[in-house]
Amino acid sequence: MTQQVTPARPQEATREEPATPGRPGGATGATGSALAAAAALVGEDPFRVAGTTYLSRLLVGTGKFASHQVMRDALIASGADIVTVALRRVDLSRAGEGDVLDFVPAGMTLLPNTSGALDAAEALRLARLGRAATGTGLVKLEVTPDPRTLAPDPIETLRAAELMVADGFTVLPYCSADPVLARRLEEAGCATVMPLGSWIGSNRGLRTRDAIEAIVETAGIPVVVDAGLGAPSDAAEAMEIGADAVLVNTAIAISADPVAMARAFALATLAGRLARLAGRARAGGATEASASSPLTGFLGSTSGSGAPSGGAV
Amino acid sequence: MASPPGLFARELAGLDIPALALASAQAGPEQVDAVLRRAAAAGRGATARGDAGGRLGLEDLAVLLSPAATGRLEELAQLAQATTLRRFGRAVRLFAPLYVSNACLSSCTYCGFAKGLAVVRRTLTAEEAAAEAQLLVDRGFRHLLLVSGEHRVEVSADYLVEIVERLRPFVSSISIETQTWSDDTYARLVAAGLEGAIHYQETYDRERYAQVHVAGWKRDYDRRLASFETAAGAGVRRLGLGVLLGLAPDWRADVLAMAAHAAFLARRFWRTEVSVALPRIKPSASGFPPTVVVGDAEFVQAHAALRLFEPDAVISLSTREPAALRDGLVRIAVTTMSAGSSTEPGGYGRPGTAQEQFSISDERSPADIAAMLVAAGYEPVWKDAFPLVDAAG
Repeated sequence: MTQQVTPARPQEATREEPATPGRPGGATGATGSALAAAAALVGEDPFRVAGTTYLSRLLVGTGKFASHQVMRDALIASGADIVTVALRRVDLSRAGEGDVLDFVPAGMTLLPNTSGALDAAEALRLARLGRAATGTGLVKLEVTPDPRTLAPDPIETLRAAELMVADGFTVLPYCSADPVLARRLEEAGCATVMPLGSWIGSNRGLRTRDAIEAIVETAGIPVVVDAGLGAPSDAAEAMEIGADAVLVNTAIAISADPVAMARAFALATLAGRLARLAGRARAGGATEASASSPLTGFLGSTSGSGAPSGGAV
Repeated sequence: MASPPGLFARELAGLDIPALALASAQAGPEQVDAVLRRAAAAGRGATARGDAGGRLGLEDLAVLLSPAATGRLEELAQLAQATTLRRFGRAVRLFAPLYVSNACLSSCTYCGFAKGLAVVRRTLTAEEAAAEAQLLVDRGFRHLLLVSGEHRVEVSADYLVEIVERLRPFVSSISIETQTWSDDTYARLVAAGLEGAIHYQETYDRERYAQVHVAGWKRDYDRRLASFETAAGAGVRRLGLGVLLGLAPDWRADVLAMAAHAAFLARRFWRTEVSVALPRIKPSASGFPPTVVVGDAEFVQAHAALRLFEPDAVISLSTREPAALRDGLVRIAVTTMSAGSSTEPGGYGRPGTAQEQFSISDERSPADIAAMLVAAGYEPVWKDAFPLVDAAG
């Protein structure tokens, strides 16, 4: 069953605008199942980044896997269209002989990242090396000088974003969950913002929920929750509160079965998106109830002295 | 001429390591149980309020290092493994030492390179060093550690700068394990492309330190202890700490002091990567007998305890240790290891032409180590770095 909803095969994953996403032929109707309907949604509700349309709203990382082969299998199972690779792990002298890039499935969009950079200058130098090596102008900007939390440096990230945009990059910055920083990054010309859910690798889930909600409310560019999503339910939660996409790495990579976990994240991301589009009912307070028809509905249906208007008198 | 105490020396003076070591020796099973439960809770992200993120303190580390905790080694190892996996994933970084010289002006009683020992000395030319580096690159390595004795004339700052510049175009990450340097020299090395510096304190016990470091540059305890402060201030971004187990009578005290040092550096120089190592004394030309023998169970315990104390620290393990122990520790706490090492200058191209520093135990080739890691479910990471200076620069 999971195969049915795996959002897309890599080779048909991306297309240039102005794509008019159509309903994948025969996915609905035939079975009428919820899963088939969900699969259909993928075609009707694409994820757009800098003018390119992607089918999957799950982005995946390539670190921490037991082997490149397991990584490749998990990437395929995730149905993701966009895959991020740390440039510091890429070894061009080993191209074709087992380098990490050799294991990224054909058709997936490569998103090189600058992890390891300590400041804006290093991130820019690394991004340029990456562009020269891979030919893509996409870059996932990461400036994480603190090896303890791998928290992004907001000041250097903004600086680097400005430098990279000026240099022609399409910039997707990993950033603190801060609504003002998100706006500044948008003003700087970034293609997305990628606020953290919790520390990279912590698997602690959506600890920044309030800030992400504020970012979603104001952002004019896609919001991708990146880092810390430890379980598929975390990904669903991020999508439910309005994130446009999520990026997951550690939780898939160090799971006992990365392929199965990748599928679980694909489904959860989709479920969260469906819930968002359906309009999730607002949660009430612990002692708050709400009647399904209004208690004051009788007002106005009675004529005469009780009515507040009194113009007839 | 002793150097003035550095920042950490002053912090260490206030820590009372002997009292912590005594507490470790006397810890009871209830204390072990309490710390293990807290470490497990921190791993689940279920820390109590006021627990400061669930980090363990030095008192907790003392308990985890205790004889009482040796009986709970399996649980300790499981917790350490989960912590290592979460932070580092299923990936182990590989590096090779490149011995450039065994010339030495320091007299350290435990070392095969010590001044005065009648051994064959050799210092590679920069060209010879580059040839050795090329052999290592051909074997897969992209991270190299330049190692030398302490000889300010034969292994000068100029000499090291020249080698770093020569290697930079084809070696992704270059570190040194040499004598300590002034801030000017570290800055020159960083400008040339140096990434890391390893300076083991060997022992944090001042009295014992003075006994075994008889003469030479390394005899100055405080200069050595402050070297990371100098190096990090000059832009060195990977710092490698270590104690030589078997040197001081109380190995737990040394592990505690080193852990405090690592925590201090991680706090003070928050942009740097801190790594720790626990080499055990090996047979060498010095004929030095270990003061105490740290058994295999205690050795594993120390690694697991360090992992829980400092979840983000890189833990390094050399070929001094036998294959079975290395294969076991990589599943618990170790995140970087050397492979196929030669500890004599020029030993990769033409072994047997100079004195080795110590004899290695794990003699498997780099390819065999990589195959072992793959079989164990880990990815061998050969390259985990990027150019730090512009190619043209």
